[in-house]
Amino acid sequence: MTARQPARLLGKAAGRVATMGPGFGFLTVFMLVPLALVLSYTVFRRGRFGGVLYEPTGENFTRLADPLYLDVVIGSVKLAAITTLLALLLGYPTAYLIAKLPARWKVIALVAVVLPFWTNFLIRTYAWIVLLNSEGPVNSGLKALGLGPVELLYTDGAIVAGLLYAYLPLMILPLYSAVEKLDPELREASANLGARPARTFWSVTLPLSLPGVLTGCVFVFVPSLGNFVIPELLGGGRRIMVGNLIRDQFLKARDWPFGSVLALAVIAVLVLLLFAQAWAARRAGRGA
Amino acid sequence: MRRHGWLRLPFWLTYLFLYAPIVVLVVMSFNRNKSPYTWGGFSLDWYGRLAENDSIRTGLVNTLIVALGSTVLSTVLGTLLAVGLARHTRSRLLDALSTLPAILPDLVIAIGLLVFYSAIKLTLGLHSVLIAHTVFGMAFVTAVVRARLGGMDTSLEEASRDLGAAPLTTFVKITLPTLAPGIVAGALLAFTLSLDEFVIAFFTAAPSEPTLPIVIYSMVRFGVTPEINALATLLLAVSFTVVIVAQRLTRLTEALR
Repeated sequence: MTARQPARLLGKAAGRVATMGPGFGFLTVFMLVPLALVLSYTVFRRGRFGGVLYEPTGENFTRLADPLYLDVVIGSVKLAAITTLLALLLGYPTAYLIAKLPARWKVIALVAVVLPFWTNFLIRTYAWIVLLNSEGPVNSGLKALGLGPVELLYTDGAIVAGLLYAYLPLMILPLYSAVEKLDPELREASANLGARPARTFWSVTLPLSLPGVLTGCVFVFVPSLGNFVIPELLGGGRRIMVGNLIRDQFLKARDWPFGSVLALAVIAVLVLLLFAQAWAARRAGRGA
Repeated sequence: MRRHGWLRLPFWLTYLFLYAPIVVLVVMSFNRNKSPYTWGGFSLDWYGRLAENDSIRTGLVNTLIVALGSTVLSTVLGTLLAVGLARHTRSRLLDALSTLPAILPDLVIAIGLLVFYSAIKLTLGLHSVLIAHTVFGMAFVTAVVRARLGGMDTSLEEASRDLGAAPLTTFVKITLPTLAPGIVAGALLAFTLSLDEFVIAFFTAAPSEPTLPIVIYSMVRFGVTPEINALATLLLAVSFTVVIVAQRLTRLTEALR
């Protein structure tokens, strides 16, 4: 037995390298190194045709406070927050009802939520150009009711509709799995103790599903911030969001260091929200 | 269900919201009228036009090359990674690292690779998009295969080992066949993801070799044409089929939590 020990250890190490080595090697070269490069570029001066000059500077960070850019950030956070809130308002009841469906219907309802998400994102955005156009179906409906035509396309509302359409499934999935895991006995106990349904929802169901709520919020809010296609196609370029600003720094203005700072800001928001989610998950785990 | 009567409104609203735009697109693709907004009778004209459009055809060929290549690469790397994560480590850090490409905003991955390719002076082309798509395709394959591994009975593997089979033999004869449905489902997902991916391709493709989504982007920017509706309908049909097949092969909705 003891003679075979080193051989087994060696075998274990070999198994580890053979299975995980190629994948993590690939991710290191094509994800971690690129991310590290972007991070490092935040402290250097911009090169004339993209790239950087290796002269350290703090300028890129102070530019973030420039009112011009601050407005963009505040405006994007506002639109992303509205989108997230709407996704939650639509998504929570939907996820809740899906979790209550009989098993067969549950799968169908879930697949129906996921399906649009796996289709071409440009096509989904394009659908809203068709829908919201001044001659489109929504406006013909409004006209028939004597309410229109109203300018719907190229507004903040159109951007929110597009973002909501793009990311709503990402809100519903984590909410569903959070609600489904809830022990129905907890709700029954609450009801038996005389709590009204609303009270039970606010003090039992919602706190316990909070980790799912936060996961959903991360999945909607962060990509909404970083989206540049929807503001361009549905907002008509009138509203610039953080995503547009980042794209422009890399593909138009050729200011990679400032673009890197903006990307870092988006990553920071992501990390912060993920920590909040982990905290909520720990709390909910303790309570249950 | 009856107890939650008022919850039905947002429930049905969600599905209406998700499917109404798709239905409008599909219906309008069969519209004879040139204006995509008013109905002028049934016609397949726009599908015919589509077949004659050279930039769409080139884009489609480029996209298929990228999607097939990155799917093969993602599937091999992702399957191995899933087995490694499930059998050879308990590290939560490595676990998180494997899902990171799926969580990071696409724009961040895109600029990272743009910066990286420029730093190593790699000429952009289909190969640079292929690599980029493998970064996130792999994460999805890993997740789906891991879900399958989670429900797998390990006694067969143990029996194979106890009977003296080499680790590689056990892997090829026992582990892989059991995982096959998960691997195929993961591959299908990586394929559709690559087929439809725009942001990362936009940053990592050469202007002379655009993928189909890049071609669609420039078409959409010029305005609404029924040709795009026809193309949209075909792409929707492909994605829907692939996802439903993947769902049948494995409990996809479980894996993507």
